[in-house]
Amino acid sequence: MTVITLADIMFGAVGLVAVGAALAVVSTSHLVRAGLWLVVTLGAIAVEFLLLRAEFVAWVQVLIYVGAIVVLLLFAVMLTKAPIGRSTDLDRPIWPALLVGAGSGLGLATLFAWVYASDGISAPPVGSAEKLGQNIFRDWVLPFEVLSVLLLAALVGAIVLSKKDAKS
Amino acid sequence: MLPGMQWLELALRVGAVTVAFLVLPLLVGQTEHKVMAHMQARLGPMYAGGFHGWAQLVADGVKFIQKEDITPRAADSPVFKLAPGVALIPYLLALAVIPLGPGDLVGEPLDIGLFFVLAIVGVGVVAVLMAAWSSANKYSLLGGLRAAAQLMGYELPFVLAAASVAMAAGTLSLPGIVEAWEPWWLIWQLPAAIVFFISGLAEIRRPPFDMPIADSELVFGYLTEYTGMRFAFFLLAEYVGIVVISALTATLFLGGWHGPMAESLGWLWMLLKTAAVAFVVIWLRVAWPRLREDQLQRLCWLVLVPVSLLQLVLTAAVRVAMVQS
Repeated sequence: MTVITLADIMFGAVGLVAVGAALAVVSTSHLVRAGLWLVVTLGAIAVEFLLLRAEFVAWVQVLIYVGAIVVLLLFAVMLTKAPIGRSTDLDRPIWPALLVGAGSGLGLATLFAWVYASDGISAPPVGSAEKLGQNIFRDWVLPFEVLSVLLLAALVGAIVLSKKDAKS
Repeated sequence: MLPGMQWLELALRVGAVTVAFLVLPLLVGQTEHKVMAHMQARLGPMYAGGFHGWAQLVADGVKFIQKEDITPRAADSPVFKLAPGVALIPYLLALAVIPLGPGDLVGEPLDIGLFFVLAIVGVGVVAVLMAAWSSANKYSLLGGLRAAAQLMGYELPFVLAAASVAMAAGTLSLPGIVEAWEPWWLIWQLPAAIVFFISGLAEIRRPPFDMPIADSELVFGYLTEYTGMRFAFFLLAEYVGIVVISALTATLFLGGWHGPMAESLGWLWMLLKTAAVAFVVIWLRVAWPRLREDQLQRLCWLVLVPVSLLQLVLTAAVRVAMVQS
C-alpha cells in the first residue's frame, strides 16, 4: 500500500503547472509571451527536481535554461520580430502537432510505466553536487567528453554558417 | 511537520532576511547620495530628517507611493506590471543564503549555496527583458537588448571566477567557503576577485556598465516607461543588487566574517567588508565614464574571460600541489 505524501501532491501540482505553461507556450499567439511561459515551464521543472531532492540539477536547470537559454531565445525574438499583442500569421498546424505531442508523451509514459512497473524505482541518493561530479567524472567520463566534442562541432558549424556572407 | 520551536526559528530567519532586504539597500542608497555629493564637492541631501538629510530616502519612498501608477496604452499590461516583482525576488532569495557570521548565522544554510546564488541572480535579466519589451517603447527595447547582451556575456567570467573559489575551498556551500578561507587567498585568488567584482558590477548594470539605461542616449533604457512604485521597485532591485554583489565579494574573496574575535564579532566584520565593497561600487560610479557597447564586450571576452580561465588553471595547480604535499 503506497501512501500519498504531501511531497507527492506537490509534485503533481507543480507538474500540472509545468504542463499547463508548456501548453501555453505552443498555444499563445503572443510571440514574446510564449517565451515567458517557457520560463514558467522550465522553472516548474526545476521545482520538480527540488522535490525529488536533486538540488544541484534543479539549480543547473535555473542557471542554464532560465538564465541563459530562454534569455538568448527572447533576445533573438526581440532582435527580429516581437510585436506586442496577437500575431495572426503564425504557422501552427494543430493536428500534426497534437498527434506528435500526445503520441510521444503517451508513448514515453507507457514505456516508463512498463519498464518500472515490476520492480519500481529504488529511491535515488540525494542529488548532491559531489555525487553528480563523481558520476560524471568517474563512471560517465567518456560520454561526457564525447558530448563536449559534439557541442564543439555545433559551435564550429555555427561559425561556418555565419561566416558564409563574408566569403561571397 | 515541524515542531513549534522550528517554526519560530524559521519565522525569525525569514524576518531577519526581510529586514536586511529592506534596510541595507536604503543604507547603500543614502551612502551613495552623500559619498557622490562629497566626491563632487557638493553636500547632497541636508534637510530631510534634520541631521545631514538622513531621511532623504524615506521621503523619496513616500513620494513614490503618492505618484500615479501609469501603464502605457500600447504596453503589454500583465507583463509590464509583473516585471518589477520578478526583478526583486532573485535578490531577496540570494540574500537568504549569504552567511553573516560563523556557525548558524545565515538565513538558510544551503549545501550548494554558491551555485544557488549564481543561478538565481542570472534570473534577474528575464525581468529586464520583460520590462523592456512590454513597455512598447523603442528606447526601452534597445535598453533591454543591451542589457541581455551584456548579461549573457558577463555571466561567464562571473561564474568562472566564483568557480575558482569553490575549487580552492573544495565546497559549494557559502559558509563552507568562508570556513575554509585563509588570508593568503587574498593573493592566490586576487585575479578571480577582480574579475568577480567587475563582472558583478556588470551583472547589476551599475556604472561604468550602465549602457542599458544610458540616460544620455536611451532616456532611461528599460525603465523609461515606469513610474511610481513600480519604478521604485526597480530602483530597490538595483540597490539590493549592490548589497548582494558586495556581500558575495566579501564572502568569497575577503573572508566574510573572519577577523579579530570572529566568534562574537564575525557579523560586524562581514558587514564592514560588505560596506567597504559597496563604497567602491559607489566610488566607481563617480570616477568612471560609461563604457561604450563595443568596449564593454571587448573587456568581457578579451580580458575577463581569459583571466578567469587562467585563474582556474592556477587554482587547480596550487590545489593539486597542496593535496600532494
